[in-house]
Amino acid sequence: MAVKEEMMANAMIESFSFPDKAMTLPSQILPKHHRHCDDYFVAAEDAANRRDWPLVATSFAHFRQQMEAHFAAEENILFPAFESATGMSDGPTRMMRYEHDQMRGLLDQLSAALAASDQDAYSGVSETLLMLMQQHNMKEENILYPMCDQALGSQADALSTKLEALLEPAHA
Amino acid sequence: MQPILSFEQAPPISVPYRFFLTAPLFGVIAGLLLAWYGAEAMSSRWSPAALALTHLLAVDVMLQVMCGALLQFVAVVAGANIWRPHLVASVVHPMITAGAVFLAAAFVLGLPILFLLAGAVFALGIGFFLTVMMLALWRTPARGMTVHVLRLAVFGLLVTLLLGITLAGILGLQTSALPLLLLINVHVAWGLGGWALMLVIGVSYLVVPMFQLTPAYPEWLTRALPFGLLLVLCLWSLQLFSPADEAQAWQVQVAEAGMLLAGLYAIVTLILQYQRRRRQTDVTLILWRVAMLSLLAFSASWLLFEASPQFGSHARAPLWLGVLVFPGAFLSVIIGMLYKIVPFLNWLHLQRLGEPATMPNMKQMMPEGAVRWQMRLHISALALLLMAVLWPAWALPAGLAFAASCLLLEWNLLGAVWLYCRVRDRAVKDRAVKDQIRAVGQDHET
Repeated sequence: MAVKEEMMANAMIESFSFPDKAMTLPSQILPKHHRHCDDYFVAAEDAANRRDWPLVATSFAHFRQQMEAHFAAEENILFPAFESATGMSDGPTRMMRYEHDQMRGLLDQLSAALAASDQDAYSGVSETLLMLMQQHNMKEENILYPMCDQALGSQADALSTKLEALLEPAHA
Repeated sequence: MQPILSFEQAPPISVPYRFFLTAPLFGVIAGLLLAWYGAEAMSSRWSPAALALTHLLAVDVMLQVMCGALLQFVAVVAGANIWRPHLVASVVHPMITAGAVFLAAAFVLGLPILFLLAGAVFALGIGFFLTVMMLALWRTPARGMTVHVLRLAVFGLLVTLLLGITLAGILGLQTSALPLLLLINVHVAWGLGGWALMLVIGVSYLVVPMFQLTPAYPEWLTRALPFGLLLVLCLWSLQLFSPADEAQAWQVQVAEAGMLLAGLYAIVTLILQYQRRRRQTDVTLILWRVAMLSLLAFSASWLLFEASPQFGSHARAPLWLGVLVFPGAFLSVIIGMLYKIVPFLNWLHLQRLGEPATMPNMKQMMPEGAVRWQMRLHISALALLLMAVLWPAWALPAGLAFAASCLLLEWNLLGAVWLYCRVRDRAVKDRAVKDQIRAVGQDHET
């Protein structure tokens, strides 16, 4: 009885001392990081339109690095946790991994266009990547992440911390 | 019931493409009909030619593309393909096409039997489409306002269809048992507001931020718009049940509220696009702007006509509104979207077939120059159509310009499909050659 009361008291103190530290969910962290990747995408594309290749190189490097970090966070942490919680390993996560691979292919093509300073190729591939990336984000944000929040239950908080550690925080 | 989330990327490419390739052809026919009938078509909204043209545009151009695009889009929004997409497309596509031809012919020829035929074909074809859409949209676990708004749009199409069938029945059986004018008022409102605008609103929540990286629509507005519109439409429909003279005053207020909502949506969309992070101005963005400005002009004109009867009571005032909303608002969005969807679908389907790096990218799927020319032609045709409302003699050049714009659209789409077929055949052949070489190699080893 006393133990239970102590636990309740602790929980209360915690909730008082960290009033805004509610549980963090994947659906709160990952969409923000999508927007963050978009920022780098735009910076690189803008620079490519102006044929400012040194600037494309730095922006694209940031963009690619954050895209890879995002893929890794999902493929190594979020998706396995979702798959083991739901038993669905052949469903949505399989298609999401497949689309990550498609995006990796386009990132390679952008890299090649950048190396060749080929503006036409860069802008064509960039347009393609934007469409693929945005429809992918849409599916994750509207369907998969809410499903993850639900499926992961109490693990969600700890898992979110791991995800956050891998991803660059968005600029204020 | 939890559906199996397949996250299939897309239904077979022939499913949306048959709709996309048919629609501009009927745009050409509509333009030629307008040129042929000339000033007569522009005399009033009730002229047989104007009624036929309206339905050719609304069904065989707009609904055609919207159905094809929705069959595709639902896979992304709901996270699962629709039920047997191939079968659905093979049934719905010919029925929509034929239904609108019957309907247009019924108006022009004044043959009652054709109204009944059109009504029956639409009931089956659109009814089947609606059933499949409802199954896909109601069973999905997807979140977000778009799914809700798409559900409302599907409901809007259902109401439009039911009222349309009733009207076709009245005209086909030549009865006067039901109030024809009131039914038309309500049918038009649900078709334009409950289906077409609702669909554009739901889709825009996703694609406006997606194409140009704009800020998202404000959360309160994403709710207020569709439910406000639904409320307006329900109140507007009450005129069916009230005595005609009593209804006037509040009816006008309800319609005004609807126009303000449509105008608000257009303004917010223009502001969001102005705040876009992706600075380049492509054809799709320009066409979206033309569409939103047309929608704004439509709402403003409606309010002006209501305020000053010397304009509003003119026989051609409804034609002015019709030009702004059909080719102006909806067709502009549709063309702009086709220029994004078709290159992307080409790419999506091709890169599975062979070495992805060797496949053309989106911008290589359609020549930019021809796309820009088509856009200019569309905008010119729109301007000429508005002139033709003011001076009906302009109907001839307006009709020809509209036909030319639709023809060039068809040409651009066919070019993309031809490229798709060529690259696909090459990829399939390459793979066959590789398989053969491998088989020969294995023979040698054994």
